[in-house]
Amino acid sequence: MATADTNPKPAMRLDLKVMGPILALVVLVVIGALMNGNFLSAGNITNVLSRSAFIGIIAVGMTFVITAGGLDLSVGSMAAFIAGLMILVMNGLLPVMGVGWPLVFVGMLTAIVAGTAAGFINGFLITNMRIEAFIVTLGTMGIYRSLVTWLADGGTLSLDFGMRAIIRPIYFDGILGISWPIIVFALVAILGEVVMRRGAFGRHAAAVGSNDQVARYSSVNVNRVRMMTYVGLGVLVGVATIMYVPRLGSASSSTGVLWELEAIAAVIIGGTMLKGGFGRVWGTVIGVLILSLIGNILNLTDGVSPYLNGAVQGVIIILAVILQRDKKAEG
Amino acid sequence: MTEPLALSLTKICRSFGPVQVLHDVDITLAAGEVHALIGENGAGKSTTMKIMSGYLAPTSGVVALNDAPVSFVNSQDAEAQGVVLIHQEFNLAEQLSVEQNIFLGHEKKRGFLLDKAAMQAEARALLARLNCQVDPSARVSDIANADKQMVEIAKALSRNARVLIMDEPTAVLTEREAEVLFDQVDRLKAEGVAILFTSHKLDEVKRISDQITILRDGHVVSQGPTSDYNEDQMAEAMVGRDVSSLYPERTVPVGSEAALEVKGLSVAGFAHDISFTLKKGEILGISGLIGSGRTETMEGLVGLRSTTGEVRLNGKVVHLKSPQQAQAAGVCYLTEDRKSRGLLLTKGMRENLTLQCLPDFTNVLIDQKSEDAALTKAIEDFDIRAPSRDVAVGNLSGGNQQKLLIAKVMLADPDIVIIDEPTRGIDIGTKQQIYEFIHALSGQGKSIIVISSEMQEVIGLADRVLVMRMGRIAGEVSGDDLTEDKIVRLAMGLDAHKEEAA
Repeated sequence: MATADTNPKPAMRLDLKVMGPILALVVLVVIGALMNGNFLSAGNITNVLSRSAFIGIIAVGMTFVITAGGLDLSVGSMAAFIAGLMILVMNGLLPVMGVGWPLVFVGMLTAIVAGTAAGFINGFLITNMRIEAFIVTLGTMGIYRSLVTWLADGGTLSLDFGMRAIIRPIYFDGILGISWPIIVFALVAILGEVVMRRGAFGRHAAAVGSNDQVARYSSVNVNRVRMMTYVGLGVLVGVATIMYVPRLGSASSSTGVLWELEAIAAVIIGGTMLKGGFGRVWGTVIGVLILSLIGNILNLTDGVSPYLNGAVQGVIIILAVILQRDKKAEG
Repeated sequence: MTEPLALSLTKICRSFGPVQVLHDVDITLAAGEVHALIGENGAGKSTTMKIMSGYLAPTSGVVALNDAPVSFVNSQDAEAQGVVLIHQEFNLAEQLSVEQNIFLGHEKKRGFLLDKAAMQAEARALLARLNCQVDPSARVSDIANADKQMVEIAKALSRNARVLIMDEPTAVLTEREAEVLFDQVDRLKAEGVAILFTSHKLDEVKRISDQITILRDGHVVSQGPTSDYNEDQMAEAMVGRDVSSLYPERTVPVGSEAALEVKGLSVAGFAHDISFTLKKGEILGISGLIGSGRTETMEGLVGLRSTTGEVRLNGKVVHLKSPQQAQAAGVCYLTEDRKSRGLLLTKGMRENLTLQCLPDFTNVLIDQKSEDAALTKAIEDFDIRAPSRDVAVGNLSGGNQQKLLIAKVMLADPDIVIIDEPTRGIDIGTKQQIYEFIHALSGQGKSIIVISSEMQEVIGLADRVLVMRMGRIAGEVSGDDLTEDKIVRLAMGLDAHKEEAA
């Protein structure tokens, strides 16, 4: 039933639109395994998955935004800003609350509230003020980036050492050997896939992205659907930041740089249409894995310089779009 | 003028995969003659026109220009040889000027630069030849539909078209605009241009064509001089059965209570001080020229536009500020623009059908089983004919799209349904079915408003007709007064004083 919602195709034919990303992932895994014996080790796999979790969680939210015909360029700087804010709040309340889990929860709450607010601001400007999503989020991207630089006074915001020890496990520990970022990413992805495929919200988002006039005339509250995609993405940026801060215990102006483009790239590689109207969360997850595997493989092998990571990723993105394109060139 | 050109198709067959859509079609377009190609949706008219104009190649058979066989490589090749197709949907760049559109793709140049003066002059000459007043430097998005049609024709003429193929040229024109077009068709005919057009309006076919070809299921079922046919004969040949009783008889009497009362409704810029009452089970027609504010008034009524005024449902004042509120109150509006406002063309029938009331099918998750059941019922109730249940809605014929749109809105079970142009671009057989659906709904006690540009349609369908003119209600006609003449007079603002006195 995996393809029930995509375009119907003759049953027995290999459908590149559906299978393309999966095939690419399999090929990458095979290449990786052949190039380096350590590639399939538990340590390496955990490392790759944990690192891709931040982008992955954000990319799931981005899938909904893009499916509904929108775009959000601000997520990378938003993550940096939220990370900075989270650290400042925890450091600030340290004298009052003392080192301990209650303070960690306050930090988490800060991240979620800030993410919700940031998503709401983007959504409000786009739906109520009717400004292009590209322009709004280009603007907020600059604002958040600048704010975190200002908060850190050009340097780095560091979490108190005592607190670092407490929150480290959020990134490095887990259950049954699976780290928390991977668990959270998996939960977000599954939830996202179910909502996209079987939830009224996913259907409405696709309808709005496909043709917002039709959605409006069909009694769909177009503004609310759009708004919710941005708010949802904001919340997920908050969640990703909660996973990220424990890793280094700091935030600076270089935190989360280019995350927005990696997230958008993952969404597109996964087969979601950039112009909206159709999205699939499982594709996005595969897109995220493909992007991080490329980096990992280049790091593990000697033949190709890891500096070419970006070039290889770029080629993959373009190839993915070419392969998934509709075959109806006009004569 | 260059030499006249005649185009003929001989034994043309065309298949798409295993499906043969044209069978041995023979048509000859003579220079200086207007040929009408008619048939139900899906009869093969579009395919025939596309083969004539190089958009499609025939599977077998011969296309000939002045008896010499040709095979067009593509539509540009056909245009270069003087055969031009004008699409039903305008193929104009809305943001460019009239002149820029006319010369798009074959701009006149002087060296590296555009020769704007020469293009302006020629555009002016072409438009003058068509008796069209539009300014060559006007932006296409700002001009009227009828003028856009003229620009399309001017564009064709600038390419020295000697065979002009028009796909439903009058579908988006009002009757008056269509008259202007017909004058120009006559003029082009006199200049020796061979013209083929399609239309669902048989009175129009009768009036302006010299020859008729009737297609049914890809076969030519009848062909000959227009003078040999009357409208009933054309319809019968198209449908293959008797269609003389197009409009059903009213079987259930109109109720006496008011379902909807509108007082002083205004939509800024479009409608002023609109007041009317709709009774339970009534079919109320709304007529008027395109641009008279019919659509905008109804869109305002259901909250798609902001309004002032009072609306009562079953005697209670309601404020319908959004389509969601209107739907909750039992009022639904079916758009006239099914392609860009009614249906998601790239999605399947199931997604489209349930979009309007998705919450009814959602219990945390969407219940796809009940969605499928609803689709099965809709296909049955509204006789939707689709090659498969998963087909993208954009690939359905116009008639089946319209049936799906009606099914979609009726799923919300409204008490009051406003249907804007229920049968635009739809063949006569499907029209008859849609009229029956509308009557059946009224029989169930639903109140219906039908907006239509087709005089015959409002007269045949409605119990009472409101005529709008320039954003106001110009008058109401019913009973024996319900005639084309009365409606036209009101719509055009003729003898308004006499009406008031009467």
